[in-house]
Amino acid sequence: MSKSPFSFPVFRLEAERLAFRRGGRALVENLSFRLTNGDALVVTGANGAGKSTLLRGLAGFLSAYAGSALLIDQAGDQETIASHGHYVGHQEGSKPALTARENLAFWQAMLTLPGLTSDMTPEAALTQLGVPQVADLPVAYLSAGQKRRVGLARLLLAPRLVWILDEPLTALDAAGQGLLTSLIKNHLGCGGMVIAATHAPLGIDSLHLELGGKP
Amino acid sequence: MSPSPLMALFSREIRVARRLGGGSTMGIIFFLILVTIVPFAIGPDLNLLSRIGPAILWIAALLATLLGLDRLFQADHEDGSLDLMLTSDTPLELIVLVKCLAHWVVTGLPLVIAAPLFGLMLALDPQALWAVTLSLLAGTPALALLGAIGAALTVTLRRGGLLMAILILPLAIPVLIFGVSAASASLSATTPFWPPFLILCALTLATLAAAPFAVAAALRHMSE
Amino acid sequence: MWKYANPTFFLPLVAKLLPWLTGATVIAFAIGIWGAFFSAPADYQQGETVRIMYIHVPAAWLSMFCYATMTASALGTLVWRHPLADAAQKAAAPIGAAFTFICLVTGSLWGKPMWGTWWVWDARLTSVLVLFVIYLGLIALWQTIEDPGRAARGAAILTLVGVVNLPIIKFSVDWWNTLHQPASVFRMGGPTIAPSMLWPLLVMGMAFTLLFTTLHLMATRNEILRRRLRRLSIMAASGDTHAQPTHRLTMTGGVE
Repeated sequence: MSKSPFSFPVFRLEAERLAFRRGGRALVENLSFRLTNGDALVVTGANGAGKSTLLRGLAGFLSAYAGSALLIDQAGDQETIASHGHYVGHQEGSKPALTARENLAFWQAMLTLPGLTSDMTPEAALTQLGVPQVADLPVAYLSAGQKRRVGLARLLLAPRLVWILDEPLTALDAAGQGLLTSLIKNHLGCGGMVIAATHAPLGIDSLHLELGGKP
Repeated sequence: MSPSPLMALFSREIRVARRLGGGSTMGIIFFLILVTIVPFAIGPDLNLLSRIGPAILWIAALLATLLGLDRLFQADHEDGSLDLMLTSDTPLELIVLVKCLAHWVVTGLPLVIAAPLFGLMLALDPQALWAVTLSLLAGTPALALLGAIGAALTVTLRRGGLLMAILILPLAIPVLIFGVSAASASLSATTPFWPPFLILCALTLATLAAAPFAVAAALRHMSE
Repeated sequence: MWKYANPTFFLPLVAKLLPWLTGATVIAFAIGIWGAFFSAPADYQQGETVRIMYIHVPAAWLSMFCYATMTASALGTLVWRHPLADAAQKAAAPIGAAFTFICLVTGSLWGKPMWGTWWVWDARLTSVLVLFVIYLGLIALWQTIEDPGRAARGAAILTLVGVVNLPIIKFSVDWWNTLHQPASVFRMGGPTIAPSMLWPLLVMGMAFTLLFTTLHLMATRNEILRRRLRRLSIMAASGDTHAQPTHRLTMTGGVE
């Protein structure tokens, strides 16, 4: 694993009495937690417990029914998680007609934040994810696991503080899962934060949130 | 090093459109077919055709513009791109504007360029050809932007195309009225070209300023 | 004010108001219809057909009043995210479409004997027709989007876009008409309305407004109940026995 040359600025993520609803049904109620640089939150729970809703809410796609989740920097300024976050959901955000390289170059341009540029190229990111051979293939030709790896490569191309990962291990083989775990560890080592919903253990030290569990 | 986000978005949109079914060719073929079937419906009387020709071209352009619009945001919603764009530093309103611009370059602009040719088939005189082409050039961006509102409202619907047309066609009436007025100006001595044309330009500019906000609001709410 | 906007306050309030509103509507219609069809004189130019106006004009007023109600509700939905505004907006659309339809049909019935044709592409008629189509589009949007909250916000955005567009349509259609066929612009001539004809019209206007209020409150109540039912069904489907969702936060490993 190549070490990233920088570490993220100091932030803390504060979720205060968060509540989310989906179709009128309360899924998450009164949830408060706090993460600092290098912390991870692993969310587990049965199907329909609200893992995806919570993650989409933290990423800013859903508005919270109550409460707030914000990033606060050292000066005390508040920022949204979305503006510093990478979201990896069930879809990869890749256009099937474009090659892996074209897709990644686009997301690198789109998601890079001012002052947080990465000098990594799409090829280098694909190499790091173990699929250098797919760079010039249209994404439509790739297997589910390869598509997943292409999708994950954008995490390396545009450094962002918070990784929000919804079932990141889906479609990955054992090697791919190991690779992802090491990427996550590396990110946490640089002072990043990870919020992941998962069924399988990620093998990292983390805060653990079980939705639907007895309080 | 890396290109600006909006330039990257624009070139991505153009690339995707070019690789998927040719992009502009489909719109032009559809345009051609609409122009072709009209004489079958109303008869090949050239006098009549030259009188209603500008209106036929405008209706054909309206339908051809709406044709590809339902996928404008839907494809991005389905493959997850829309979510990622929401986390981008670039305001969604600008993203919407660039996507509409790219869509117009791929589908609207070719129609404008093809309009004089199809106008010849409808026996328009040279002055009318100019009027139709200019009015389409000024009016089709407004159609694309209005259509984008419908596309955003139906972004989660699998068969949103028909609903989108129902929602948007009533809103497109002013553009159609002034577009056809300007385009038919040369047909009679009493109707001037400039007043309707300038109003058409004003409508396009107003849509350009307002529609991205409506589209972005719709996308934020509908993709929840 | 917010207290009354809360569904739990709103429902009993509606239950209390509805009988009175229904009664007032019936009485207003009784007086208005008697005035319109028996008391008011026939027009010296238009004859008995003028009585259609007592239905037509209030329906036209209400078709626009209803859109105004929906616009206010749309703001409530988008700005305050108020669930009652969602329900009120959804409830208003079919009623508005119905009033607009009545306006178009009565206008057409009146037009046949007076103009000799069922329909004229006159500026007024055309812009009302466009309003009707916009109502239908809104209803279609409501029916197609399954999630009520999402449908509400979509319809709210479309309502606001429509409200910007309606004056433009009105104006452009006027312009289009005078441009192409200035001779056919129809002016409602005839004498200035006599008091004997004016009062039934005003009473009918009031009756229509009362009818709208009654129907709108009923429909809003039904929508709230329908949503409650939907929520309960979803909860039943998910097998939720406890209403409150729970969670547990623990530390694993060495995170402090």
